[in-house]
This record gives sequence, C-alpha cells and structure tokens, in this order.
Amino acid sequence: MAQIFKPSANHITTAALYGVVLGVPTVWLAIAALSRSPANTKVNVPINQPVPFSHQHHAWELGIDCRYCHANVEKSSYAGVPSTETCMSCHSQIWKNSPLLEPVRQSYETGTPLKWNLVNQLPHFVHFNHSIHVARGINCNTCHGPVQHMHITYKGNPFQMKWCLECHRAPDRHIYKDESRPDLEPRQQVFNLYWKYQKDGLKGLNLRERSLMVGTFDGTNDGKERAKGKELVKYYGIKVQQLADCSVCHY
Amino acid sequence: MAKQEVLNDVLITKPHNYESLEDSIGRLILKPQLHKKAWWIFFLVGLAGTGMLGISITWLLYQGIGIWGNNVPVSWAFDIVNFVWWIGIGHAGTLISAILLLFKQQWRNSINRFAEAMTIFAVMCAGMYPLLHTGRPWNAYWLFPYPNILGMLPQFRSALEWDVFAVSTYFTISLVFWFMGLIPDFASMRDRSTNKFGKVAFALLSMGWRGSNQHWHRYEQANLLLAGLSTPLVLSVHTIVSYDFAISIVPGWNVTVFPPYFVAGAVFAGFAMVLNFLIPVRAFYGLKDLITMRHIDWMCKIMLATGLIVLYGYILEVFYAVYSANFYEYKLLMDRFQGPYAWSYWLLILCNGVIPQLMWSQKMRQNLIVVWGVSAVVGLGMWLERFVIIPVSLTNNYLPSSNKMYIPTFWDFAMFFGTMGFFLMLMMLFIRFLPAINVFEMKDLLHKVLNNDSKVEPNAERTPYGNAPKEALPTVEKEVAK
Repeated sequence: MAQIFKPSANHITTAALYGVVLGVPTVWLAIAALSRSPANTKVNVPINQPVPFSHQHHAWELGIDCRYCHANVEKSSYAGVPSTETCMSCHSQIWKNSPLLEPVRQSYETGTPLKWNLVNQLPHFVHFNHSIHVARGINCNTCHGPVQHMHITYKGNPFQMKWCLECHRAPDRHIYKDESRPDLEPRQQVFNLYWKYQKDGLKGLNLRERSLMVGTFDGTNDGKERAKGKELVKYYGIKVQQLADCSVCHY
Repeated sequence: MAKQEVLNDVLITKPHNYESLEDSIGRLILKPQLHKKAWWIFFLVGLAGTGMLGISITWLLYQGIGIWGNNVPVSWAFDIVNFVWWIGIGHAGTLISAILLLFKQQWRNSINRFAEAMTIFAVMCAGMYPLLHTGRPWNAYWLFPYPNILGMLPQFRSALEWDVFAVSTYFTISLVFWFMGLIPDFASMRDRSTNKFGKVAFALLSMGWRGSNQHWHRYEQANLLLAGLSTPLVLSVHTIVSYDFAISIVPGWNVTVFPPYFVAGAVFAGFAMVLNFLIPVRAFYGLKDLITMRHIDWMCKIMLATGLIVLYGYILEVFYAVYSANFYEYKLLMDRFQGPYAWSYWLLILCNGVIPQLMWSQKMRQNLIVVWGVSAVVGLGMWLERFVIIPVSLTNNYLPSSNKMYIPTFWDFAMFFGTMGFFLMLMMLFIRFLPAINVFEMKDLLHKVLNNDSKVEPNAERTPYGNAPKEALPTVEKEVAK
C-alpha cells in the first residue's frame, strides 16, 4: 500500500506544533484577562435601579453624609440600604410630584420595600464587616471607588480575593489618619475627608487623599507613609500575622 | 507443566532475521485473528471494571466522599493506600526504561515498552485517587501555582504539594518518553499495515518518521536526555510520596527510613506486576524467544533484592519503635503485632518478607508458576504494607478516646477493583493496538548479536551457568551461515 501522506503533510504537523505552542498560552492569557476584566468583575459597569438614584447629586452636590442613608455602617457588619421612609424624609417635601420618584411613593403607600439591585456583592462564604473597617479609618472610597461622583452607582473595585488580600497582607500600605485633625477618632476621620473635599476641593487634599477621593489609590510604597501606617497598625492592635488567615473572612 | 525452558545468556533464543523479528511483534497488531477468546475475556473483565469505576466515581461526585469509610481520625484510607500502591507499580517501568538504558543493559530492550506502558497506566490509576480524595476534583487546578484572582498560591511547604509536582512530572515525562520511543515503531507499523484505517492511524502517530540519519540522530539525543530526566524520578517520586507520611507526627509515619524503603517497595511491586503480566503474554503470543527465561530470571533477582530492602525497612520500623523509647510508637507497634489489624501485619510479613525468599533458588526462578504466584503475592503484600502504614496507624491516636476502627465500605472496594479493571483494559488495548515490544531496539540487539558484539554475544565460557546446552547457543550463528 502506498504512503497516504505526502511530504507536504509535514508542514501541517509543523503548523500544528506551532499552533499548540502559541495557542495554549493564548487561550490561557485570554482566560486570565477575561476573569480580570469588567466583563467578569463588573467594575465601572453601572447597574440599573428601579429609581435612578444619583450619589453624585446627593452626596456631592447636596453634601449629605454617607451615614444618613447607610446608617449602620459604623455599628454593624452590614452598612444598610436605606428604607423608603429615609427617602421620604426629604421627598415628602421636595420633588413630591416627580415621575422618577413614583416607585418610591408607591413603595411608601403600599408598604412594600423597593427592590434595589445590589452593586457590591460578596459570595456567601465570605464575611465582611463594615464597622471594623470604618473603626480603623478605612475610607469608604478605598473599596467603593469615587462614589460621590457616580450618577448611577457602579462597582469601584473588583472585590476578588486577591484584591482584599493586598491590604490584609500589608495593612500599613493602606491604613491612614488625616493629620490636619489629630483630635478626631479614626472613624470620624473617615468622613472628615469628604468635608475637606467639599470645602476646598482637590486643593485642600494631599496627593494620597486626592487619589483616595477619585478612587485610584491602591496602597502606598513611600517609606515615610508606610512607617506612619505601621505605627497606626500598632496603635489599633491589628495582628498582621493573622490578618490574611483563611478564618479571618471565611468562618 | 510444560517442559522447562532453557536458561542461558542468549537474549534472542530463536533464529531470527530483521524481517522475522518485526513480523513476530507486528503481527500482534496487524493480525486480529491472533487475539483469541482469552483476549476478549480479559478485555471484557477490564471493561466491566472500568464501568464499575465510572459508576463509583459518579456516585462519589454526586454523594461526596462520605460514601467511603474514611472518617476522623482515619481520614486517609483506601484512597491514599491505592494511590501509593499504583504509583509504586509504575516505578519498574521507569527503572527499566531510564536507569537500565543509561547503564546500557541491552536485555531491557524486549521488556521496556511493556513496562513503560504499565507505568503510564498505573500513574493514571494513581492520579485519580488524590484528586477525588479532595472532594472537589473540579477545583483541582488550584493545586498548581498560577497567577490567580484569589491572590493565593498553594502551600509550598507541604509535602502534599510536592506530590502534585512529583506525580505530574512523572506522568508527563513517562508519557513523552514512551511516545517518543514508539515513533519509529509506529513508522514500521505504518509501512506494514495493509488496511487503510491502520495505515492512517499509524501514519499520524509516527509524525512523518522516515528513519533518516538525521531522524535517528535527533531521536538518540532526545532519548538520552529524557532518560537522564527520568532517572532521578525513579528515586524522587516515591521519596516525595513517602514524605507525605514521614514529615508528619503521626506514630508509625514519622520514620526516617521511609524514603528509601518506599522507593525499594515501589520497584519491588513494579517488577512483580511486570512479571504478572509478561508471563502470560509471552506464552499466549509466542514471544518466548524474545522475552526469555534470562529476562525473567533477572527480574526475579531485582525483585528479591528490592524485597530484601523492604524487609530491612520492616525490621527497622520495629527497631525504631523499641529503641526510640517513644511510648506512642511502641504502643502502635504492639497494636500492629496484636491489635485488631494484626492479621494484616502478619500477612504482610508473610507476603513480602517470607514468600519472596523463594527467589533465592534458581529452580524456583525457572518455574513460571512459582514466579507468577510469588509476584501476585508481592502485589498483595505491597498493598497490605500501605494499608498497615496508612489507615492502621491513624486508628491509633495519641488520645485513646479518639481511637476508632476503620472499616472500608463497598464503594472503597468498588473503586479499587474499578481501577484494576481500568488498568487491565488499558493493558489489553495496548497489546492489541501498539507494538508491545520495542521492535527497533530488538533489531539493534539482533544486529549486535549477529555481528558478534562482545557485549551481548552468547559466550558459553562466560555464562555463569556453564551447563547451557550447546545447541541453544549457536542459533544466531546458524542464521549467519544461511
């Protein structure tokens, strides 16, 4: 029986070998890129809500404190989504007839809560506590991004475990205290930054605070800053050795 | 029993030329009628076992590892026992294909292909167990260090992680080595095939091999490199497997002799398995002239030597328990001697310590029934060894209140026999579809014999058995005279 494959078939083999050598890393990198991209993480992807609530309008233009609506953030693991009554505390007086607010009024009349779509979700096997982070002076924007500039709220950070661990492995790179008001407790200082920002704009903030406020801060590598961070870590009694243990978040 | 076969230093005991050599191996593939009823029986038994394996894995994935007998304190049981046992089986193949190659032992030529196939199939069986043991095999890729969104790497200080690398390296290199060795044979099968399907299949597998000078040059280089790479694996894989136990603090596991003792045990069990398969195969398929009594004799001797190392390990375990004056070690030793699992310990000593001593006698080594029986017993003994070490040590805790018996369930056995069936099925398919003996290396050997290469020339004076019948020796010379 004659040979089936001609010598030219060798080129197919060569091409196949190159295909494997180049193809496998390509697929690999594509998967890696996709899992980190907004397509998967939903970072910067605005989520539609029953009412087009704007943080930009309420928190920045009107200057309402975060805690007015997210009332439990200092005391509880869950920051809390405001009840309809919280909305109505103002909107029974202003924009009473706005068609955009119709779902709020309906919810108030029927006693059925509004179904907000969660923007920042964690899997159920992860336990996150807002109060402990606020009490250590972690600014809201560190995790949530520049909320005060969001029209329709979106996720500011990917909330992947690697991202959490960046801080939990080296808290001194992230932990911070505003030195212009040494009298403030850390958790008051969290919100102080907004007042500074409101008052003088970006000019009143140092570089680190600016990047925090616009949501680009991802840890400092500056030696002096880190030394201060270490002092704070010590002051708060944070046990860095255990901070990245599995059981800190998965319990 | 059939007439006893002659034992001499002739590695090819029938007059052969290159053509007849290729034919006697190639016909196993090219002539289906050669595979009689027995092949089908063994294949179907293997297939049934594979089915059972499939069912038990499906049920395991559906129900979770609670269907096994493992429970605290015995969290490592059949799954790990079988893993270690199967990994051990593979070691003979690597020893034959790598170390014996580097030492230029030409007698390996007729058995290496077979032993390497066993290595690969055994590692496939072995690999299933730790993956399923994790309970979430779909997350198995977490075992590898890749830059991930968890920001986590595996625990590099754990012997279990070293195991991942040891076993996956072992499998990859064995597979590449085996496949590469098959390429020239695939090419000759391609040229001999008369049906279209076989021709296309072998043509694809041989990857354009033409046997040119350049091809052979590259082949030899690559072969040497791979042999060099696999040689440390013979020692390292089972050493690392033994670390899983040796670096822990469990009484009965924390023993420094484990690495060499495990490696010797692996080669011991591996050669036993090779003999178990080769003895029937050479008889059924008329390969007695290529896999001679000399091969079997040498394999028996390797088995005996490694068996003695293993026996030394058993003695040292006893010595260690007594001499260390460690209460818990001593308690465990007494438990092995007379506890609820004492039967397994004494059966192990019988299988691995006592019965293999038959191999001291040349008469026994030439009696194929005895050799086959001893090999089977060694296979059982090596399994019992892992059973005695792994679950039995765990039943005996530091805290007496935590002691608990381990009783395997139906699914433990189903999966174990399932992997055996899977192995048998793969071996049967291997014999049917791939050249079971390395044709071109046998030709090389024949060439050396025909050209009176002094290294392999049958020389009556140098034979340790001077009584080899004269007429058995000059068979190849007759061939030359023709």
